Amino acid sequence: MSSTAQELIPPEAREPGNGRIRRAKGGRVRRLSGRDKLVLSLMVGIPTLIELTLVWLPTLMSVGLSFTRWNGLDLGNIRPAGTDNYQFISQDYPPFWPAVQHNMLWLLFLALIATPLGLLLAVLLDQNIRGSRIYQSIFFAPVMLSLALIGIIWQLFYQRDNGLLNFLLGTAGTPQAVDWFGDSSVNIWAALVAATWRHAGYVMLLYLAGLKGVDPTLKEAAAIDGANAVQTFFRVVFPAMRPINIVIVVITIIESLRAFDVVYVINRGTNGLEMLSALVIQNLVGEGQVIGVGSALAVVLLVISLVPIVFYLSRTFGKENKA
Amino acid sequence: MSTTTARTGRTPAAAAPRSGSRPKRHYGTHIFLAVMAVMWLIPLGWSLFTALRPVDSTNQYGYFSFAGDFNFDNFAQAWTQGGFSTYFWNSVIITVPAVLLTLFLASLMAFAVSRVNWKFNITLLIMFTAGNLLPPQVLAAPLFEMAKHFEVPYSFSDSGNMLNTYIIVIAVNTAFQMGFCTFVLSNYMKALSADLTEAALVDGAGIWRQYREIIMPLCRPAFAALGTLQVIFIYNDYFWPLIFIQSGNRLPITTAINNLQGEFLSNYNLLAAGAVITVIPTLVIYVLLQRQFVAGLTLGSSKG
Repeated sequence: MSSTAQELIPPEAREPGNGRIRRAKGGRVRRLSGRDKLVLSLMVGIPTLIELTLVWLPTLMSVGLSFTRWNGLDLGNIRPAGTDNYQFISQDYPPFWPAVQHNMLWLLFLALIATPLGLLLAVLLDQNIRGSRIYQSIFFAPVMLSLALIGIIWQLFYQRDNGLLNFLLGTAGTPQAVDWFGDSSVNIWAALVAATWRHAGYVMLLYLAGLKGVDPTLKEAAAIDGANAVQTFFRVVFPAMRPINIVIVVITIIESLRAFDVVYVINRGTNGLEMLSALVIQNLVGEGQVIGVGSALAVVLLVISLVPIVFYLSRTFGKENKA
Repeated sequence: MSTTTARTGRTPAAAAPRSGSRPKRHYGTHIFLAVMAVMWLIPLGWSLFTALRPVDSTNQYGYFSFAGDFNFDNFAQAWTQGGFSTYFWNSVIITVPAVLLTLFLASLMAFAVSRVNWKFNITLLIMFTAGNLLPPQVLAAPLFEMAKHFEVPYSFSDSGNMLNTYIIVIAVNTAFQMGFCTFVLSNYMKALSADLTEAALVDGAGIWRQYREIIMPLCRPAFAALGTLQVIFIYNDYFWPLIFIQSGNRLPITTAINNLQGEFLSNYNLLAAGAVITVIPTLVIYVLLQRQFVAGLTLGSSKG
């Protein structure tokens, strides 16, 4: 292969006197041989084809199907329905608004409780205290678990008659015992605690990496200027972690939109645990498949998701395009 | 706060001569962290405790006692009768090819967008990154219908289409995770000096040799980190098998455990054993490859 490649190298790259290769943009493309172009187009083409067929085409099809009525059987049965599905979900579909509220609540809880808790743990563990690594391992362990499994593990903890929580509260076996995942007035909070168990560890990990990246001279300078630890953190260290902060904001929003596994494991996202993502699936796998309604819900989820996605992408790639 | 405790404290640790560098003792911090750590361990610890007790003991003495036997019978029963050996094998069949394919395809794409300048490389990279950020539920219905209407011979799939096959689960997992891996790998490759491939170019190396012999070996740390992360991600994937796999005995362990919740309703000990079995592979990876896993997670966020 090397001999053929040698022959295919364009002359200007081989010229010994002219060995310095220009790094100008686009310069490299012109030096590609026919064989290289073929290799390159396969390198780009195969992954792109897969990404388009299995990610972006289905996304567009969701949008398309949301304006139709279809039972999912024969492709010939797809009927245009205009905006009927959207009118239906917003006006006549009882779980829709509770689901929107629960998604909002999920976001607020993660943003106001789980994320700050993770940040607090990171700040405390960043002080080089003894046993820091053991603490980190403990707080981080739930991040390794699937949210589905977390639902099961917490189910064992939350059960009405044999769960540890009711025992610790002294209510086990009494009429006051709470079925934490079954009672529709408390189960969303119980699920949020279980989700926090995982999310806080994740946030802690990212902030620990972020805190290590902050230039220590910044802290020293702040200390010389007479700032106390709290001031130093909020005025100097926290703003310096801006890139991580953005990632965490995006992760928190996207996690709360994706929240599915926990509620689906508990009760398929019904009875107090309605979430947009679970409603999408209920309409897909249920008895009478209503693909149009499910797709309209999916599009609502998509449109909301695009806000953090576009924000993140413009932050990440905006700089690069300018550079 | 912690300094005052340190000065007045009478514990041996505080009384011991200060070893110079650390004037603060952080007692308040330690108390807070210890309490949090215990709370953090309770759910897992409770599952393990329940799993280790035979159902007869818990029936006799109740769940909140230490009386009776402790043994691994529940684990054995879950493994054999509960079908966990099958589910576990199914997880392997799905996870291994999906991770290898994801890393291979992502490395091709990442190389092409980061090491070669061409017109649409940033556009494609944005498309890949965005694809990974979508909620999977948005694509679920069309993917399900695509799989259902993609007819194949019955000799290939007993459903006559792509539903209920491992291939569709592997393919969709690969497509979905590829975006993230491409993003991370392209950042990693971009950070490698341009001189490396320029020099190879002078030596007459084509694109494939630059990829295979220069860039790939240098990316080993990134592959180790991403590989660990992806094994965990795909092993933990609950959603795609839920959509595509209909036969219970083909489900991977993460999705199957939900069915056990119904089957073992009266036997929480067995359910707990199933949960603990499901945790074990991730725990093994966690203990052996924690650094890789952590590196994988932070690689993805280091470039915000």
